[in-house]
Amino acid sequence: MRAPARLPRWAEFGLLPLMNLCAALLISGAIIRLIGESPWEALKLMVTGAFGAQDSIGYTLFYATDFVFTGLAVAVAFHAGLFNIGGEGQAYIGGLGAGLVGLAFGSWSPWLVVPLGIAAACLFGAAWAFVPAWLQARRGSHIVITTIMSNFIASALMTYLLVNVLIKPGQQSPETREFGRGAVMPAVDVVLGKMGISFAPSPFNLASLLALAACLAVWVFIWRTRWGYALRVVGQNPRAAVYAGISPERTIIVAMLISGGLAGCLGVNELMGSQHRILLDFPGGAGFVGIAVALMGRNHPLGILAAALLFGALYQGGSELSFDMPHVNRDMVVLIQGLVILFCGALENVFRVPLASLLGAARRAPPA
Amino acid sequence: MEPTSAAPQAPGGTEPALELRGIDKRFGTVHANRSVSLSVGRGSIHGLIGENGAGKSTLMNIVCGFHGADSGEILVNGRPVEMGRPRDSIEAGIGMVHQHFMLVERFTVLENVILGAEGGRRLGEGFAAARASLERMGREYGLEVPLDEETGRLPVGMQQRVEILKALHHGAEILILDEPTAVLTPAEADQLFRMLVLLRDQGKTVILVTHKLREIMAVTDRVTVMRQGAVVHETATRDTSPRDLAEQMVGRAVLLRVEKKPAQPGRVLLEVKNLEVRDRLGVSRVKGATFSLRAGEIVGIAGVSGNGQSELLEAVAGIRAPSGGEILLEGRDIAGADPRGLGIAHVPEDRLRMGVVAPFSAEDNEILGYHARRPFSRHGFLIRGEIRRDCARKIADYDIRPPSPWLRITLFSGGNQQKLVMAREIDSKPLVLVVGQPTRGVDIGAIEFIHRRIIELRDSGKAILLVSVELDEIMGLSDRILVMAGGEIVGEVSGSEATEKTLGLMMAGVKGERKP
Repeated sequence: MRAPARLPRWAEFGLLPLMNLCAALLISGAIIRLIGESPWEALKLMVTGAFGAQDSIGYTLFYATDFVFTGLAVAVAFHAGLFNIGGEGQAYIGGLGAGLVGLAFGSWSPWLVVPLGIAAACLFGAAWAFVPAWLQARRGSHIVITTIMSNFIASALMTYLLVNVLIKPGQQSPETREFGRGAVMPAVDVVLGKMGISFAPSPFNLASLLALAACLAVWVFIWRTRWGYALRVVGQNPRAAVYAGISPERTIIVAMLISGGLAGCLGVNELMGSQHRILLDFPGGAGFVGIAVALMGRNHPLGILAAALLFGALYQGGSELSFDMPHVNRDMVVLIQGLVILFCGALENVFRVPLASLLGAARRAPPA
Repeated sequence: MEPTSAAPQAPGGTEPALELRGIDKRFGTVHANRSVSLSVGRGSIHGLIGENGAGKSTLMNIVCGFHGADSGEILVNGRPVEMGRPRDSIEAGIGMVHQHFMLVERFTVLENVILGAEGGRRLGEGFAAARASLERMGREYGLEVPLDEETGRLPVGMQQRVEILKALHHGAEILILDEPTAVLTPAEADQLFRMLVLLRDQGKTVILVTHKLREIMAVTDRVTVMRQGAVVHETATRDTSPRDLAEQMVGRAVLLRVEKKPAQPGRVLLEVKNLEVRDRLGVSRVKGATFSLRAGEIVGIAGVSGNGQSELLEAVAGIRAPSGGEILLEGRDIAGADPRGLGIAHVPEDRLRMGVVAPFSAEDNEILGYHARRPFSRHGFLIRGEIRRDCARKIADYDIRPPSPWLRITLFSGGNQQKLVMAREIDSKPLVLVVGQPTRGVDIGAIEFIHRRIIELRDSGKAILLVSVELDEIMGLSDRILVMAGGEIVGEVSGSEATEKTLGLMMAGVKGERKP
């Protein structure tokens, strides 16, 4: 029974994720070479695609905002010992909340409608997470099973609503009419424009500020409040929680409500910030990417911020890559993203043990 | 598995079975082993004794390959063994029986024993061979166990036999037992010692790691004392005494008996009336327990492990709901209330599973259960500075080492962890302290300290309910002793009149006298 090798902080949070990333890119490079393209060119295209121009930076940050929300959602649940893989569905339903506010009150002042939309997104996401949470807490139904099933239910429900109920009359594609102007989360380029700074238009919008605030709030909550403390106790040792007078059932429900609320905020970024209508499958897998983001970011808001940026860049750079390289199509980009998730998430211990013994050896090497 | 009997033997077999030369190991800033050299003769029982944190477990973990050492070497039968590889150690004939069993509870005994030595691709052959050899070993060493029983259903003492059999089946010639009696009743412990003597007489080498002097004196041939990572003393057991060993362990003279003034019981603080407790399966564990607890007294509950003491303790501590009866604190029913708020503090029996949160720092553990109160939190926010100051103060008051509140709790030794838990509960200024196994896995120096603190708390007019499987501890500390058997309180004796014999009879279910 070997305890997982422990590393110094700089290696744990810096070197190790970097090594995992490099390994993923190395294998991606080999695959790109195999299909007859230059890996070096591909890397250059991806980097310039993600950071090369104002609008590409805007897109990168827009995607990163999605991933911050879903990453935080996974992390909060994880601290309570829960593996919430229902971020996708919670985000989908959260978007429904934001969207309904946008459709109903779009003509009101944005100062009222935007906060209302955020609240609705959180509330709907939390409500969707409440069902698996309740089942876990009271019935012992495993959260992994129930959250993944609730993803399918969310998807089916949204398809039904968009096809039969919310669809804009007189059109074929299953999406709603546009929200009123009051429900638009201002884009960053518009805001900067008003301040006299020109920035290329992109979907990058003020929901990213909400994401930053959420990072700070999650950090304060987990490490600086008694509820966060209780949540960590339940996550690490449920029996000690009972001993300490903390109710694991209630804590599980609270953690999942927060988790679902955070995932729901994706709807604010995607719908109120960019699409301005509800459409099919707008989370686009961001709920699942959140798992990788949280894993890579070690469930810490700062790490999640960094990992979300990385995945944002991969998304944006990847789609540019598929435009510019004839042999690299959309699926190839998904493959590269998959490799990054594989190495940074699932295989994160591959380099840990050798690295730990290497660092241990280095520390012993100078003769005492 | 390679047979190890082919090892070259020096004439007369005087070559040590196991030799450690200059083993040195650091974990960060902690120097766990300081150039330890140790030689264990073949066919002997060698005791390794020392306080918790003295480096015994680290040393043994190095011997069985769980850790590599920073320097030094290990020789088995004169041949060097590669360190840091469990498989090499097993092949060299080293077998370890851990304090916490490494058994798959849902497997049968046979399945557990062949785990890791399945012997080929088809299980059937391995099973047949293993069954034959286990039956033979069972006869030779007095280690009979029901091979087809589900392991989790066996009593703890039996499970330990399975661990020993497993090590032997994997070819162990050198058997290391880490605190083997921590989970055993006195009778089971005696049985274990008889088995160890048999094993020795058959030529096996046994290393017994413990902090209990009685065991060292009872069964070992030689004994090595460790203190602060180094070997400080080695001698033949017949040439030493418990007092001598205790002093070597602690580095100063120690009291083996608890010194206390007669109790001065005051008003009744806690009353338990007809308490009934059922477990999750609905089995009745506590049957109509009635007793009271006065200010300024220690009431001990004696009994063979599993006779309802744990359930009684947890019910009084308010974390297990009774199925009947009442628990009154100063006349008020505690049902449904927050016990800590009422003034009931609780040191749980199982420290690691319940008393602490392993990945947390010492200071985060020091607020467990009190995290929602001032001065640790205000308006829901934790006051970090206050938490650290408070923990540093407790660390100083209770002489906890290392004095680092930010350090992870599992990096403290068992004794220091327990002191942290005691500090947390006693400092909450309770009316009643409910304490289970206060010194389980705790070294002598810390035992003395913890006992003193419990008596101080009594002398300040608080009531203490004590559950322990160590009869010496119950008799040494308690002013009154209740004996439990089969979930009932079968007898009561005053602490000064109790003897091991009278308690033992009652524990076995022979009814004693009980004043109403």
